[in-house]
Amino acid sequence: MIRFILLQNRQGKTRLAKYYVPLEDSEKHKVEYEVHRLVVNRDPKFTNFVEFRTHKVIYRRYAGLFFSLCVDITDNELAYLECIHLFVEILDHFFSNVCELDLVFNFHKVYLILDEFILAGEIQETSKRAIIERLGELEKLE
Amino acid sequence: MNPFSSGTRLRDMIRAIRACKTAAEERAVVRKECAAIRAAINENDQEYRHRNLAKLMFIHMLGYPTHFGQMECLKLIASAGFPEKRIGYLGLMLLLDERQEVLMLVTNSLKQDLNHNNQYIVGLALCALGNICSAEMARDLAPEVERLLQFRDPNIRKKAALCSIRIIKKVPDLAENFINPTASLLKEKHHGVLITGIQLCTDLCKLCPEALEYFRKRCTEGLVKTLKDIANSPYAPEYDIAGITDPFLHIRLLRLLRVLGQGDADASDCMNDILAQVATKTESNKNAGNAILYECVETIMSIEDNGGLRVLAINILGRFLSNRDNNIRYVALNMLMKAMSVDTQAVQRHRATILECVKDSDASIRKRALELVYLLVNETNVKPLTKELIDYLEVSELEFKGDLTAKICSIVEKFSPEKIWYIDQMLKVLSEAGNFVKDDVCHALIVLISNASDLHGYTVRALYRAFQASSEQESLVRVAVWCIGEYGDLLVNNVGMLDIEDPITVTESDAVDVVETAMKRDTSDLTTKAMALIALLKLSSRFPSCSERIREIIVQHKGNFVLELQQRSIEFNSVLEKHKNIRSALVERMPVLDEATFSGRKAGSMALTVSASPASSLKVPNGTAKPLAAPLVDLLDLSSDDAPAPSSSGGDFLQDLLGVDLAPASTPSSTSLATKAGADALLDLLSIGSTPVPSSSPAVDIFSLTEDKKPPVTTTLDGLSSPSAPPPHAASQPAAAPILDLLDGLSSSPPAPVDNGTSPAYPSIVAFESSYLRINFSFTKPTGNLQATEIQATFTNLSQNVYTDFIFQAAVPKFLQLHLDPASGNTLSAGGNESIKQTLRITNSQHGKKSLVMRIRITYKMNGKDMLEEGQINNFPREL
Repeated sequence: MIRFILLQNRQGKTRLAKYYVPLEDSEKHKVEYEVHRLVVNRDPKFTNFVEFRTHKVIYRRYAGLFFSLCVDITDNELAYLECIHLFVEILDHFFSNVCELDLVFNFHKVYLILDEFILAGEIQETSKRAIIERLGELEKLE
Repeated sequence: MNPFSSGTRLRDMIRAIRACKTAAEERAVVRKECAAIRAAINENDQEYRHRNLAKLMFIHMLGYPTHFGQMECLKLIASAGFPEKRIGYLGLMLLLDERQEVLMLVTNSLKQDLNHNNQYIVGLALCALGNICSAEMARDLAPEVERLLQFRDPNIRKKAALCSIRIIKKVPDLAENFINPTASLLKEKHHGVLITGIQLCTDLCKLCPEALEYFRKRCTEGLVKTLKDIANSPYAPEYDIAGITDPFLHIRLLRLLRVLGQGDADASDCMNDILAQVATKTESNKNAGNAILYECVETIMSIEDNGGLRVLAINILGRFLSNRDNNIRYVALNMLMKAMSVDTQAVQRHRATILECVKDSDASIRKRALELVYLLVNETNVKPLTKELIDYLEVSELEFKGDLTAKICSIVEKFSPEKIWYIDQMLKVLSEAGNFVKDDVCHALIVLISNASDLHGYTVRALYRAFQASSEQESLVRVAVWCIGEYGDLLVNNVGMLDIEDPITVTESDAVDVVETAMKRDTSDLTTKAMALIALLKLSSRFPSCSERIREIIVQHKGNFVLELQQRSIEFNSVLEKHKNIRSALVERMPVLDEATFSGRKAGSMALTVSASPASSLKVPNGTAKPLAAPLVDLLDLSSDDAPAPSSSGGDFLQDLLGVDLAPASTPSSTSLATKAGADALLDLLSIGSTPVPSSSPAVDIFSLTEDKKPPVTTTLDGLSSPSAPPPHAASQPAAAPILDLLDGLSSSPPAPVDNGTSPAYPSIVAFESSYLRINFSFTKPTGNLQATEIQATFTNLSQNVYTDFIFQAAVPKFLQLHLDPASGNTLSAGGNESIKQTLRITNSQHGKKSLVMRIRITYKMNGKDMLEEGQINNFPREL
């Protein structure tokens, strides 16, 4: 199960933080700070996995943005790596060539997209097309 | 519009915040916005409510407090339109979590929205519920979610399925209600519904044994077919990743099959073919394919044995391990750990590669590889593996040294084939990374050195050399100081020279230099300094020529700010100046430390359940711990009568000491008047001993022979460094067995006096005693086989009821082998007039190194009631 998802830039600014387990605000800030510290200086040749407390963080870097998932120690790391990539593809498709600024100004939409992709810490839909279609329907209601 | 509301749009606010050059500017902008939003909240401004909440969420993400917006979420959720509800639910998920009371207020709105006729609104409510619902909400809303599992739109069904996972995790009692709807989800064709249904099914199986049984029986075949269809499906652009159709679904299916197959041969059999197909046919040149292979390997390893499949799985891991991609190597190492329990040999074949991974530059890989190497070590490969690891220790990164050191120490301790090797390796580790070595490891080393009497000279010389080379490693300094204190004379005289050693010339003053350096190092901590002081005291008697110099060093600490050191230096100074006559006896070499006691204490945590260890049976007759002091004195007196003066000088002191210290009246018969002066001096020492309870320092040492619950490090260090330690040790050692016997509770048989090892007869012990039952063990050793022991167990009924169905069971650690002969009966009559006898045969493969230890469990029926007693026996005579 995914414990939380973080989207941070290289400076450590959080662009999206979704928690599927309850944490105090102070604890969240600490987690965000620690995860950023863990991933930001890793060599690109290194594994995309870092052990974090009793869990592990699967992260992937896209330009200046780090996508980090914290998952259970028994979860399939490679699968979550693929999962990050699918999420990025969806974002890319939705914002057509996504960049960090899109995510900043449309942060609430990013959450909306994420909620169509992952729910309760589990993958909800694996088809990019299905998600994009669903997002289109939701946009019309705004 | 409210005049305080800034009226800026969300976009403008974000832009304004981004334009800030300094943190102070940003805070000012945020403060202004927050003030405006608060004002709007107070005005109950409806028009901009959702815009304000969106702003608040952005502010929240920047890390500012936003709790004042929580109620706004509830208001938005209660409003009618989709855009308002969407922001309301988003705010609910971001600003609140399941622990806030406010959340309860939303239950009603959620219920309404779950029944809404707009399916998008139902979707919003399900999403919020799935992400933050509490146990109470789960109970209240479970029926709605259950109904939605059959909703016509698949988008709702899949959301409801994931929501159900959260509900059953919060309230496992509800799991049963979800079994049937889940079974129908598993038949779906829609991938989203199917994958969420499979996930729900997996969690149900984990939470609820009935569910596992149900799905195993009814759904295994169906799931195997689903996996087959997916694996064989033609190109499907919608789900295709790197040429594979929906790898996520593959993985979820494999994971569920693993849960179903584990522990069930039929189910495992049913999935063999498809697992073989997935393992052989999946493309392994892309991450997605490897993810599937990885999951497949894990499933093969976990389900019931099928030799062929396991070979396939191990081969896949071998390929992974040689992959250039670090991610793949990482998961291979991860999985090889699991494979260890299945096929150790196969993993051993990759030892060289794994060892290389320990040296990888990536910390994640190193950590995994080190764990794996640790599992791979056995008696045959311990030497080369340890050498590799220690060599690497020299060049490894600082933050890795801690882990690496701990593992090396543990390996050396566990598998060392001989003492000299153990000592050599530990010295290397201490010199290289002594600051990372834990106290208990140091103590184990000291115990081992103490037991290796033929290596004392070698060790102290090696430590001396190591200290000259690197005196910056705290643990090295401690061990060196301890050994020089104990064996300083061997260092100077080159006693016990081994062939492999280069001779060195060390003068007495050189040896004192070492201790003085340790004493004066700025980085030495209190324990090290205290140990150095004691070493100095000991050296003063070993090296009479340096005695004056040593006294000067000790005197320098008379004014030390640390009370402990100040006190000791004053005491020691007084010993040196005024009590020369007792000094040599006082600082005699420590008796050989008891390895069994030490390892017993280390294992202390596992012995918490001891119901009949001597320590606890002691408490029964005496009620509290305090009155123990008196019987103890008696016992000690008695034992030294029985066994005439075990260590001639030390024993006398001890008797006096304990007598005076614990209960002055109880030593009228003391014959050692000659040493009166010495006793006084020691009394001084003891009464200002390091622990607050007056009787504790001798008492602790004696208790520690039997008591398991003491934290090992503190007491043992105490024992090592406490000024009063040597004499009690000296006496308690040989007297240990009779003391145990007596403490053991007034056993009917008088304690056999210890006969220092010339006779092969061993004292019988009371192995276990409760208010109902007593077990005596007597021992015989067959001639010619030192490792074997025959134990005659005698069970005696202490109650007034007859015991029937009497069964005695015993378990021993791996280094022992136990064989139980049939008992003489299974009925034990009341009042102890008859007893059951049973013979136990034990082989101790670590004879001479480790003592016997045994866990026992006795079941019987008393008045038709089932009784169970359990305990651990640690008080076997050492030499068995």
